[in-house]
Amino acid sequence: MCATCGCSDDAGVRVHSPGTHTITLEQDVLAKNDHLAGHNRTWLRDKGILAINMMSSPGSGKTTLLTRTILDLGGEFPISVVEGDQETFFDAERVKATGAPVVQINTGAGCHLDATMLERGLAALDPPENSVVFVENVGNLVCPALFDLGEAHRAVVMSVTEGPGKPLKYPHMFASGDLVLLNKTDLLPHLDFDVDAFLRDTRRVNPRAEVLPVSATTGDGLTAWYDWLRRHAGRTARVADAG
Amino acid sequence: MHELSITQDIVDAVAARTGGAAVKSVRLEIGKLSGVVADSVRFCFEVICAGTALEGATLDITESPGRARCHDCGGEFRLDDLILLCPCGSANVEVLAGRQLRINSVEVL
Repeated sequence: MCATCGCSDDAGVRVHSPGTHTITLEQDVLAKNDHLAGHNRTWLRDKGILAINMMSSPGSGKTTLLTRTILDLGGEFPISVVEGDQETFFDAERVKATGAPVVQINTGAGCHLDATMLERGLAALDPPENSVVFVENVGNLVCPALFDLGEAHRAVVMSVTEGPGKPLKYPHMFASGDLVLLNKTDLLPHLDFDVDAFLRDTRRVNPRAEVLPVSATTGDGLTAWYDWLRRHAGRTARVADAG
Repeated sequence: MHELSITQDIVDAVAARTGGAAVKSVRLEIGKLSGVVADSVRFCFEVICAGTALEGATLDITESPGRARCHDCGGEFRLDDLILLCPCGSANVEVLAGRQLRINSVEVL
């Protein structure tokens, strides 16, 4: 038993100075975000909504991939989008042109979306039951990896123009994805990019991730991405109550 | 620079528990695999604490190492980065520790 404040010996490290007392917190710093992310996850699950957190560096082709996906699959299930960028409505306008509902979140100085922002985004978007919501995170291969939004899956998009070694340079991001989409494969003939080395590097930080090479411009490889989406949307959708 | 918002969360969480009492020090634990840079948190801490009950508080950070277990050879080993490779050569490993990001305690006047 501590003579100064009476706290027990087994609850964390303490430093005492005369005239002070120590409060033990033992609190996860991200607990608040994780708690709110849990609310988002429950809300989405209860509505049968598949939410996918799309993360990448700026310029990987996320928005092009999303707009093409909406145009190709929008007839199969409702798709809506939460766009995250520091500034502008550029990406939201591109999504809106497809006819899909979209909400833009501008983070200002912020470098990532967090669970509170997604909660507000979802409230504004009001996506229908049994639909798919893409959350396009702020373009950044570092910070978004740490913040759970309540999504069902994380997809990391990387383009072949970004060069070699990215999974090892940004291991937190590549380790956090369920799915890695290697985009702009139509440019491979013009580049010195080793796809096998990329797969090997990805496996070193994330042995379980599924990796799909795609070109959002030509459509190469998109069938596998669409099959992935159909499979997960089908698992997430609520089954109508019998009777 | 996610350390800025994370440090803001730390200061908010401490203020919520200390109820406006002057805070003399804050003890944090940051795991080597947490993705949070201790030096960046130190930098942000001073800026964010200015004008609050935490102004002038010292920040004491323990950086705890990562540990992992290999599902193939059964061994446990130290992991200083997220390259998930056991010394036996297997990548079938589970991270056991090193992702912590915790406020352990605060000292108030």
